Amino acid sequence: MNEIKKHTIAVLVDNEAGVLSQVSRLFSRKGYNIESLAVGTTDNPKVSRITIEVLADDDHAYLLSNQLRKLIPVHSLKLLPPEKSIRRELLLLKVKAETAEKRNEIIQIANIFRANIVDVSIGALTLAMIGDESKTEALENILKEFEVLELARTGIVALERGQETINEETKEKGEFNYGKNVL
Amino acid sequence: MMTGAKILIECLLEQGVDTVFGYPGGTILNVYDELYKYEGRIKHILTAHEQGASHAADGYARSTGKVGVCFVTSGPGATNITTGIATAYMDSSPVVFISCNVGEDLIGKDSFQEVDITGITMPITKCNYLVRDVNKLADIVREAFAIARSGRPGPVFIDILQNVSAQEADYTPVPQSQHFTTGRLGALMERSSHNFEAPTPDEDDIDKLVEMIRNSEKPLLICGGGVVRGRAHKEFLEFAEKIDSPVAITVMGGGGFQGRNPLTTGMVGMHGSQASNMACDGCDLLIAVGCRFSNRVALDPESFASQAKIVQIDIDRAEINKNVKTDHHIIGDAKKVLERLNSKIEQQEHDEWKKYVFSFKTETEYEEGGEALTPKQITKTIANLLPQDTIVATDVGQHQMWAIQHFHYDYPGQLLTSGGFGAMGFGLGAAIGAKVGNPEKTVIHVTGDGSFRMNCNELCTEQYYDIPVITFIFNNGVLGMVRQWQTLIKDKRYSQTNLDRGPDFVKLAEAYGLKGRRVATVVELEDAIKEAVSWGHGYVIDCAIDMDEMVKPMVAGGSHITKFIVC
Repeated sequence: MNEIKKHTIAVLVDNEAGVLSQVSRLFSRKGYNIESLAVGTTDNPKVSRITIEVLADDDHAYLLSNQLRKLIPVHSLKLLPPEKSIRRELLLLKVKAETAEKRNEIIQIANIFRANIVDVSIGALTLAMIGDESKTEALENILKEFEVLELARTGIVALERGQETINEETKEKGEFNYGKNVL
Repeated sequence: MMTGAKILIECLLEQGVDTVFGYPGGTILNVYDELYKYEGRIKHILTAHEQGASHAADGYARSTGKVGVCFVTSGPGATNITTGIATAYMDSSPVVFISCNVGEDLIGKDSFQEVDITGITMPITKCNYLVRDVNKLADIVREAFAIARSGRPGPVFIDILQNVSAQEADYTPVPQSQHFTTGRLGALMERSSHNFEAPTPDEDDIDKLVEMIRNSEKPLLICGGGVVRGRAHKEFLEFAEKIDSPVAITVMGGGGFQGRNPLTTGMVGMHGSQASNMACDGCDLLIAVGCRFSNRVALDPESFASQAKIVQIDIDRAEINKNVKTDHHIIGDAKKVLERLNSKIEQQEHDEWKKYVFSFKTETEYEEGGEALTPKQITKTIANLLPQDTIVATDVGQHQMWAIQHFHYDYPGQLLTSGGFGAMGFGLGAAIGAKVGNPEKTVIHVTGDGSFRMNCNELCTEQYYDIPVITFIFNNGVLGMVRQWQTLIKDKRYSQTNLDRGPDFVKLAEAYGLKGRRVATVVELEDAIKEAVSWGHGYVIDCAIDMDEMVKPMVAGGSHITKFIVC
């Protein structure tokens, strides 16, 4: 058994009903829990990008990718290694702040993390922050002291660093080109 | 302008479909109404049960190489064919299943006979469609057929809303040759991710394998289902003779390599011959063509062919390294890959290795039972009296293994068996479909009493359309394969495997308007076969065998391939 680690899989798919369940069922069938999932349209409104994070060893991540590539609505797919990609998620966090003193303290912390205060009320503050999971977790941990009322994450989205894109010709892709009708 | 139902039928004609298996119902009424008007151009076979129709369409597809078509109604009609779809999926058989769902105004409201069949069939189809717009119908049907037959073939499901079948749209006929350049398919072809043409193998990969073959002293070939689906039997034969290698055949590979060829070591895997399994363990180069190393072949993936370099040739990228780690692979259509290999490799000789492999038995010798029938006597008698090109459709269990071990298959589509999914009740429907698709050939249905009881209702289809299939029941009064496991693994605790009950299969055949006979000796069996042939209609031969007959050899699941628990 190889080392289990987090894999980021980016998939371009047809922006159609049912495609997401087709993609996600491949993970559940193999017993993989999706750690994070983010879906949105791309510059082409007919195409959506799904970013999936899953804990698996390299072999299984590769097999899963192969299975995903077979789906007709899948245009392209790339495994994004963490060291070569930018990964971000948006965190919304509502924290209890009943006194001016507490509010100030939270605002200071928010400044350090470059988080924005997006809503203020008498009893609570809502913060928004963009970062990868280590940053969002750090903020979350610190704010635990103040009692977190509610929390929502978008899930990680990722792009490769540099000029390369998901549609780039790569060695892996090259192998696919001669065996691509794996329909 | 045409209704959706008429467009559907026109699209089937575009594909050259002349036979449909199915069962009508409320939501698919419009389609059947059109079918009525097209009588004479499309033949419809009405089965007793939707499951029978699904297996018949599958059997038709496997035996003819064409795409099978099956119509059902919504709800229970659709769920009844799920076993048939899964069977076709596991064995890569090209079938297009078409159902109609309730109308747009009723969908999602738990209406009468409504079910989310596209959701249900998602994991057991190559892809499926819910058609909500009549303008997209023709394009979707074209795409469905192309996907079903291309690459690694498989089932595709189209669910059409009832209102779509009634709505009208413009329809322009498009000849099949232009499907890939127009509409949805055209758009799909422009994407880099998918291609419908069989991939041309990579020359570097071919060269690497040629070098590996030259360096090998003990090669072994595995003939898998891909050789059958790719109709690559001629190229495979040339390849095997050129590299002078023994050939082990999987269940799905039956017909991909001549069963009588001196290079055949017989079946491989759980019930594989000693020669096949020993060769697997002893070879230094194992080349698997169109084989996914299922757990019935590579029983223990870790120790499987542990001394060998394993090479996988497959059209499906996702099969590479899925079950067994390979040393080299070639992605491509079996036919094209083998053609390239044949053109590059020179004649090899492996006499010593062959001598070793064939010192083991390629077929289990059973004791001759004298007067009483044994499984081998039944298969021998059948083979003696019926033509060599007889199509054999089996169900699942002991009789299936005997039929695969002891009949010799010569061409793809001669053996129809539910190898991957193992669906009992597959055989009779498949035999009907095969006979409809191959009226000039003799078609037999080999079954057990347990399997036959599951879908014997299709005898009425046989009778009504006069489809002369001869059914051979290996009747041991027990669920033989499970009983065999209970004998060997469960200390003879025969839990719920006793099938000592009705009906009388001969009377059953007669009740359906067919003939039947119960036989207990070789002479009686010979007489019955002769009568069945001369009678020329559906016939059931109920062969009494002993309940303790076993399929030999056997290796338990998960253990080393040469660890026979019976041989």
